Amino acid sequence: MIAAMASLQNQIAQEPLGEFSWILTLVFYAFFFIFMFYGQKIQMYVMIREVEGSLYKLKYMKDEGRKIAIETIKEIGKPQTDPTDRVNRFLEYFTITPQSLDPVGIVWKLEHILDVRDVRFKDEVKLMAPSADETQINNLENTLEVASVLNYIYKVIRHYYLLGKKTLSYYVIIQIQMILPLIMREAEAYVNALKAFSNGQPIGDGAGALVAAKLMHGYEIRKVPKDNVVASVPIEGRTAYVIKAEGPGGNVGKTGDAVKTIIEENEGKIAAIIMTDAALKLEGEEVGEVAEGIGAAIGGPGVDQFKIEESILKYRIPINAVIIKEDIGDSVSPMRKEIFDAVDKAVERIKQVILERTKEGDKVIIVGVGNTIGIGQ
Amino acid sequence: MSKAPPNAETKISSFILMIIFIVLALSLTALILATSIYFDQGNGVVAGYLLLLGFLGVALSTYVLFQARRRILRLRIETPPIITTIECKKCGFKSVREFQRGDYIFKEVEPCQKCTDKMLITAIFREIKEKERATP
Repeated sequence: MIAAMASLQNQIAQEPLGEFSWILTLVFYAFFFIFMFYGQKIQMYVMIREVEGSLYKLKYMKDEGRKIAIETIKEIGKPQTDPTDRVNRFLEYFTITPQSLDPVGIVWKLEHILDVRDVRFKDEVKLMAPSADETQINNLENTLEVASVLNYIYKVIRHYYLLGKKTLSYYVIIQIQMILPLIMREAEAYVNALKAFSNGQPIGDGAGALVAAKLMHGYEIRKVPKDNVVASVPIEGRTAYVIKAEGPGGNVGKTGDAVKTIIEENEGKIAAIIMTDAALKLEGEEVGEVAEGIGAAIGGPGVDQFKIEESILKYRIPINAVIIKEDIGDSVSPMRKEIFDAVDKAVERIKQVILERTKEGDKVIIVGVGNTIGIGQ
Repeated sequence: MSKAPPNAETKISSFILMIIFIVLALSLTALILATSIYFDQGNGVVAGYLLLLGFLGVALSTYVLFQARRRILRLRIETPPIITTIECKKCGFKSVREFQRGDYIFKEVEPCQKCTDKMLITAIFREIKEKERATP
């Protein structure tokens, strides 16, 4: 075979392609001119194809989300009628944020809108799943919200894909193609969240809630507004008011209200507040890394962070934060072992902060922030 | 555990499959023709071109087939196994099982096999093995 190839090479070298040479020259020029005049168009078609491939995947994810939501509702809620139409309607719900031209009082307006949305969602889920208990309703609501997010992502990407195809605008296509890997990552994370929410499994975002649960477990628990629980726990000679959202249903509670209630109950005599939450890590950082800092460690639309900051400002209470690092995929998918193990490290770090920053006999507030799905107390 | 329902997104189009197999068949024919032309007629140039075309065709059709398969594999939703750890606080007996709907951390479950005291779910997590990559 090697000998045959060598002789072929010799033959080609001796005969400079003969009658084929003009064809090759023509092909070369054709390629040259095609790429000179249509290079960008070809590149655009390649990009459109790439977006199309991702769109197929997003469509599959969206359909899976809808299917899982309907199946879970049928299984848990045992509805009399088919919930498909109601689910389809739910997936199209939208929320209009308040006007911010005059930002004064916008937090309260936003809070009101979010409250109305929450009540509406809960009522819808109760109608869809009449046999579900409170915990299951919370889980179903979370499942439907994830399905709704997947539906929205699909529709936005489809919009830009069709717009790009229609206008053949390089800039419309390129902007969606450039951010597509990040969007796909987020969408994949939400798909993982679907199963977790429908089964009621703890998710990565619940790391903060789990820290609080570990601290308060075995102590007397009472409810505080809204959807939160608190326990008075003796830690290193101090009294710690440990707050978390009421589990085990998918719930984040209104942490701002709970913190305010405890501060007011104690007439502001709180030596320190320690907030613990899951936080997004940067690429290269380890999952489950525990870090410490200052400030209100809480995500969401900002209403609770605002309320907590208002309350601590009134009484000049120092606020500390202990975070557990994870990426977006980990935060909404079932809790990873690394995050679960990091919870014990976070508990130790909180105790260390209490020892260093407060005196014996002081009162402190520990807030475990995050979705408490699959986590009791 | 993975699943892929048979819908349009998770199936290789039969039209694409047909084209792949036609190209593959033509490429193989070109390869066979190349060997017969070279050995029977001794025409190295034509055999060389046919050989080149044959290899290109085989490579291209295999690549397209693998790409189509990869797209389908990417569409599958992977659900990693979730582990529930149950512990007896009294005697320390520990058991591990797969997650069941209704499990939650700090839920009291069935009595302990050793001391008949109530057992508690102490952990629910998933374990994933990541490849170690050196970062600067």
